[in-house]
Amino acid sequence: MLLLTLLLRSVGFYFFTSSIQNPESNNSYTAKLEQLKTIGRELAMGSQGGFGQSKEFLDLVKSIGEARSKSEEDRIVLHEIETLKRRINEPDIPKRKMKEYIIRLVYIEMLGHDASFGYIHAVKMTHDDSLLLKRTGYLAVTLFLNEDHDLIILIVNTIQKDLKSDNFLVVCAALNACCKLINEETIPAVIQQVVELLGHQKEAVRKKAVMALHSFHQRSPSSVNHLISNFRKKLSDNDPGVMGATLCPLYDLIAIDVNPYKDLVASFVNILKQVAERRLPKSYDYHQTPAPFIQIKLLKIMALLGSGDKKSSEQMYTVIGDIMRKSDTASNIGNAILFECVCCISSIQPSPKLLETAADAIAKFLKSDSHNLKYMGIDALGRLIRINPDIAEQHQLAVIDCLEDPDDTLKRKTFELLYKMTKSSNVEVIVDRMIDYMISINDSHYKTETASRCVELAEQFAPSNHWFIQTMNKVFQHAGDLVNPKVAHNLMRLIAEGFGEDDDAADSQLRSSAVESYLKIVDDPKLPSAFLQVICWVLGEYGTADGKYSASYISGKLCDVAEAHSSDDIIRAYAVTALMKVYCFEKSAGRKTSLLPECQLLLEELSASHSSDLQQRAYEFRAILDLDANAVENIMPLDASCEDIEIDKSLSFLDNYVHKSLEQGAEPYIPENERSGTLNISNIINRNPYEHPAHSLRFEAYEVPKLVVPTKLSPAVTYPTELVPVPEPSYQPTVSSGPVSDAGSGSGSTELRLRLDGVQKKWGKPAYSSAASSSTSNIDSQRTTVNGATQPDNVTSKSREPRQPHVEVSEEKQKLAASLFGGRTARPERKQSGSAAGHSKVSRTTNHGEDKAQPTTVTTAVQPPPPDLLDLGESSGAASSYSSTVDPFKQLEGLLDLSQDGHAVTTTTGPDLMSLYSGASTNGQNQNQNLNPLLNEKDNMNGAPNPSNRTASLTKGPSLKDALDKDALVRQMGVNPTSQNPNLFSDLLG
Amino acid sequence: MIHFVLLISRQGKVRLTKWYSPYSQKERSKVIRELSGTILSRGPKLCNFVEWRGLKVVYKRYASLYFCMCINQEDNELEILEIIHHYVEILDRYFGSVCELDLIFNFHKAYYILDEVLIAGELQESSKKTVARLVATQDSLVEAAKEEANSISNIIAQATK
Repeated sequence: MLLLTLLLRSVGFYFFTSSIQNPESNNSYTAKLEQLKTIGRELAMGSQGGFGQSKEFLDLVKSIGEARSKSEEDRIVLHEIETLKRRINEPDIPKRKMKEYIIRLVYIEMLGHDASFGYIHAVKMTHDDSLLLKRTGYLAVTLFLNEDHDLIILIVNTIQKDLKSDNFLVVCAALNACCKLINEETIPAVIQQVVELLGHQKEAVRKKAVMALHSFHQRSPSSVNHLISNFRKKLSDNDPGVMGATLCPLYDLIAIDVNPYKDLVASFVNILKQVAERRLPKSYDYHQTPAPFIQIKLLKIMALLGSGDKKSSEQMYTVIGDIMRKSDTASNIGNAILFECVCCISSIQPSPKLLETAADAIAKFLKSDSHNLKYMGIDALGRLIRINPDIAEQHQLAVIDCLEDPDDTLKRKTFELLYKMTKSSNVEVIVDRMIDYMISINDSHYKTETASRCVELAEQFAPSNHWFIQTMNKVFQHAGDLVNPKVAHNLMRLIAEGFGEDDDAADSQLRSSAVESYLKIVDDPKLPSAFLQVICWVLGEYGTADGKYSASYISGKLCDVAEAHSSDDIIRAYAVTALMKVYCFEKSAGRKTSLLPECQLLLEELSASHSSDLQQRAYEFRAILDLDANAVENIMPLDASCEDIEIDKSLSFLDNYVHKSLEQGAEPYIPENERSGTLNISNIINRNPYEHPAHSLRFEAYEVPKLVVPTKLSPAVTYPTELVPVPEPSYQPTVSSGPVSDAGSGSGSTELRLRLDGVQKKWGKPAYSSAASSSTSNIDSQRTTVNGATQPDNVTSKSREPRQPHVEVSEEKQKLAASLFGGRTARPERKQSGSAAGHSKVSRTTNHGEDKAQPTTVTTAVQPPPPDLLDLGESSGAASSYSSTVDPFKQLEGLLDLSQDGHAVTTTTGPDLMSLYSGASTNGQNQNQNLNPLLNEKDNMNGAPNPSNRTASLTKGPSLKDALDKDALVRQMGVNPTSQNPNLFSDLLG
Repeated sequence: MIHFVLLISRQGKVRLTKWYSPYSQKERSKVIRELSGTILSRGPKLCNFVEWRGLKVVYKRYASLYFCMCINQEDNELEILEIIHHYVEILDRYFGSVCELDLIFNFHKAYYILDEVLIAGELQESSKKTVARLVATQDSLVEAAKEEANSISNIIAQATK
């Protein structure tokens, strides 16, 4: 409908202009004029309804669209910024104009330029009375400002006012802004109103109020804690939209602490059941699936609630099984639900039957051709092998295919899976693969992650010292600068301490193999700094320990390092200290020691270094050179890096000295915080009697000041001109009334003075803080008993027959599979940290509040009845347009080709435009319905040649008519469709 | 939670951005540059997800326009794909066979609609009808206001000048 009128307009436009150019040639001029007026009206409507901006703005958008390079685009935008800067500050800009400027600012900002000069105007626009302008203002500020921006304080007042508005659209706009703009400091200013809006008659307002409270909770949980019961109440709201929105905050709350919500398990199960049974209105269906987004959210919540809780889990089994059975595996959304079910099953107390279904679902995912489903399958597999490690075996070939897939995302996900299933039998293969992959990628974030995973796995499962050292060398060589410095320190510690076994022989073997491998690679000029530090340290500490290498050889290498990296002070520091160690060990061993000439040179150079650290090290070294062997051995004992150094923090060895000084009349030392004059800042903060974080700003309006006439004054008294009684603008009776009566009774005379006592308190603490403190205790009392951290036991499932690999599978792959999946033996060797990572979800949810676990059960304060969705009202019957039987995703696949076809048609049929629509002017009255294009289904397209296109709005292809429509419209605006970007004209949905 | 929504054309031009987590203007440009590089270069048959800085970006291509949403590690990618599709369907209903050009010139309307679908990074309404009704109510008010402000004859006079 809309399109038809659009097209009409454009045709009219051409017609219109041509007739203006030569009006004489027109026989029935007046009749035409009437027609022109109609068309003109349409034009006017079109210019507002369609692209309601001025020519100038359209030109801007157009020129940016045509810009061929980023620099050209930047130039245009900078020019626009200049123009706007000038214009926007002109006095008396009409509001409509201003609105457009604001939208232009949004556009500039969207393109990544700074529009901050106009922020204040956007803020001003939110103050406007007209909803249209207000909405634009709110849109702009939510896009411009982050929650910590200074201007927010100017909007809070408007938001407060708008939340009280009678027009629910204004309230909605204000709530939208709340979600983005209200920060921790301003939450108290609006929270009361938002809570009241939870009971608003419009469901849209209730929904947004819930979401606003949710965003407050994310920003500052303490400010909303006393309102959590509201979320529970809203769960039984009779609008499914509100109920669905409530699931978001509840999910967050349950993720933080499960226990207060255990009582809701039955409700959630009940809701999920009803949703799955299609009890919700039809309009919540999405591609024939009943309210899938609500289902997914509920499954997520149930995964949290059922984790490690047998009783809760048992309540869920049936409904999850039902949903899995019903889910439509042909559609994407069905698979999304299926995946969420698998996640839920792997999180809750395992049920053998469900595990089997989950395994089947995973098998389907992995066998699918779609990369998306393969990805999800790998993800799901990673979750399920925590419970049943045998599952991986039947999918080994699929996993290896994914590992070798050209798709990087899939590859990474598979590496994640391998990381989860690493054990000592397959660690070598996995880590080698991971390292190869790590070397091949450039993304520093992921490189870091892979590197640290390699390190972690190598530390946990290393089969031999030699392998471990080699692996670490590779990791450090290729990603040394990216890994956390801690990893380097860990490595040093590991080499020093060994793997924890009390086997000195193994330890020294580890060290000498490290030294050996380091000496081999130390000359590589491109080693990362962190790795060189490790090398220097190890060479210094253990280079000469096994007597294989002479001290002078090691020293020579160390000097080379220091020389080659003369710009890196840290490496030089490591090197010089290592040199010192080598020297000391030699000397204390009683061997003849002499410093190499290059070492001497280095020392001299460092003594004059700009870095005081290097200088100090050099001077220390020089001082040691002059000491005898005995002293040296005390300073640098051999292999003592693991010995604890005791630090006497109280400096008791100085006691004698201090005592002596005091006796000689020195002043005693006063600790810094006891010295007079310097107040401890933390004391001041602690003096704050309120629990509430320092909310020093007040947002409620002051009450209207009432004139306080001193009671005992006789009316006859004339005030001295310079002493006027200060009227007390009492904003709060408790504060203001006290001083007033005091002053009145206390003075008891006609004595006049400036009353300042009451005034000063005006800036005191706000009163709302008390509510928060009482509520926190309330929450504590709601907490029911914590059931201990019962981890899901490893269910020993029936051992399945490992699938026979296909014949055509290459031998190499099979070998890889065998090395990855074979050898079930050593599984439980996985050490603590590994299992902790695997079970992180479980432990996160169960560890909470263990400290608070009280054996006495406190019954929960609020227990809403299980929400009944039965009375939600029946379907509103408008779903016909969605009852497409074709999967739209399938249709979208050929989208590119289709769109090009559509375009080809567009350009060739250009001349036919007039003939096509010459008789269409009768449809002119339809433009009135334009106002509400959404309510009119597209089926209303009267006389559309292709009605089948219309009936199912989701499945239509690029219709010729639509394309023509758009084409004509943009021609009218001067955008040339034959320019570089013809794709602009193809429908997004195909 | 959705951290941001990006609409990028195949040429890498930004069509819409909405940030639900705080990013400075500088970071925003960097994010857009980085992501458009990664996403636009991906082949058609690969999966619609990209892991990025510990988060995940789910994208979907419609004609020449890429819709991208950035989500947390633990979110369900397939669900996000459907949220994108949900949004596109609503746009399609609103504009009538929505095409990229509609979004270029009416980006503010696309923002209004997005505000009814997502709020604070969460899906707030999963019923297309409800969203459509709300947007329509807002538009009808807007149109009413506009009609008051404009007299049609004015425009005719201008046009015939």
